[in-house]
Amino acid sequence: MSIRVNDREVSPPDDARVSLLDLLREHLHLTGTKKGCDQGACGACTVLLDGSRVLSCLTLAAQAEGSDVRTIEGVTGKDGGLHVLQRAFIEHDGLQCGYCTPGQICSAIGMAEELRRGDPSYVTFDLAAGPEIVTRAEIRERMSGNLCRCGAHNGIVEAIEDMLAETAA
Amino acid sequence: MTPLRYARTADRADALARVGSGARFLGGGTNLVDLLRQNVERASEVVDISRLEGAIRESDGGGLLIDASVRNAVLAAHPLVRRRYPVLSRALLAGASAQIRNMATVGGNILQRTRCMYFYDVDGARCNKRQPGAGCDAVGGFNRYHAILGASDQCVATHPSDMCVALAMLDAVVHLSGPGGDRSVPLVDFHVLPSATPQVETVLKPGELIIGVELPPPAPAVTHSEYRKVRDRSSYAFALISVAGGLALAGGRVIEARIALGGVAARPWRARRAETALVGAVPTRDAFLAAIREDLVDAQPLAGNGFKIALVERTVVAVLTDLAGASQ
Repeated sequence: MSIRVNDREVSPPDDARVSLLDLLREHLHLTGTKKGCDQGACGACTVLLDGSRVLSCLTLAAQAEGSDVRTIEGVTGKDGGLHVLQRAFIEHDGLQCGYCTPGQICSAIGMAEELRRGDPSYVTFDLAAGPEIVTRAEIRERMSGNLCRCGAHNGIVEAIEDMLAETAA
Repeated sequence: MTPLRYARTADRADALARVGSGARFLGGGTNLVDLLRQNVERASEVVDISRLEGAIRESDGGGLLIDASVRNAVLAAHPLVRRRYPVLSRALLAGASAQIRNMATVGGNILQRTRCMYFYDVDGARCNKRQPGAGCDAVGGFNRYHAILGASDQCVATHPSDMCVALAMLDAVVHLSGPGGDRSVPLVDFHVLPSATPQVETVLKPGELIIGVELPPPAPAVTHSEYRKVRDRSSYAFALISVAGGLALAGGRVIEARIALGGVAARPWRARRAETALVGAVPTRDAFLAAIREDLVDAQPLAGNGFKIALVERTVVAVLTDLAGASQ
């Protein structure tokens, strides 16, 4: 069984120890996905696996067989250009060094889908009803798995607010 | 990480047949992959069981049956869990990050290992859990995060799960299957205290697999339940302490109280004395405080974690006070 990475079929590695992150970066040379901590503490390696945001550092590549992987290289807008969130990151200075940015963007795209489904978060007041208004507290809680050492969080939250407003319109 | 063979199966019987010596079952991998990479654990083979059927369905008795391979995020967002067992949804959502909850399975969450930093420090620290008889560097070391209840001089590690604290409060039962057949164990009895053998963490036997978890029909105190987690940052951190609380009132008095504590022991800690003491009591802050102190008299704090006693007291009082206000 192969792994579909950004619409391209690739073979799983021979060595079962290879993480999805190392498959992407070292075998496929898709270096947009970043290795931060390599132990599930920072979120820099976030990719979309069958549409869900996951950590590629804690996923064995073999676990992704038969699945669809989307990395930052495969994120595009409707016209084939920048995704609405990528444009918003630029507009709101949602980055300084940019190392966490691919993970932030993949994570926020996954988060938007969770919100669309009505999934609650730890700070959602009414669990049964789900989030009625997506407050900044909701966005911060839902994005807490992505650290930014430059401290660009205010711009990141603003960019995500823009994306949510634009896709809701 | 030492060389590894990878096998995958979507069939339970096949999974049980495949797991021989040196093999480990692999769920989401969020803990096991890290442990293997850091050589805290070693395995010659992993059997990926994350694609076993993962269903959530109502049981005949009005409870809920949850397959072991259900992802934490799916369980937290399930309409029946949110409505009937709010403490479980909230506990799951308090744990880890959205990415990790999308990956982690229910079975793997139960079997995750402690996050004691000395346990992880293969090259630099002694740990009786990793190497029985080696000694414990946490007892006299940095032990802000460690246990105050049920620990031993051999090990002071805590169980890190939020979900398990809620399951303990809910009287959940763990269903197991193995070479000797099927059996069921209450979640509160599934994890064992360290005593002289801290390397033994659960009652799981070699070759046994967690099949699923069953929740009984929601008791009155479960309908009004809450999970509160206190940690060093407001999200994406393990608990210093946590409280799963539930309260049912009638005629201005407590008819049922449920309290389970996280971050205080090697397993979720049911505060049974407090639960018993509160039945029939008028729900006041003083009553809640006096009740939880009956369980905390056994606490044996270390040099770095004495604050946990007051933190548990205050958090239990706050949770029960909120629940009392909401149910009147």
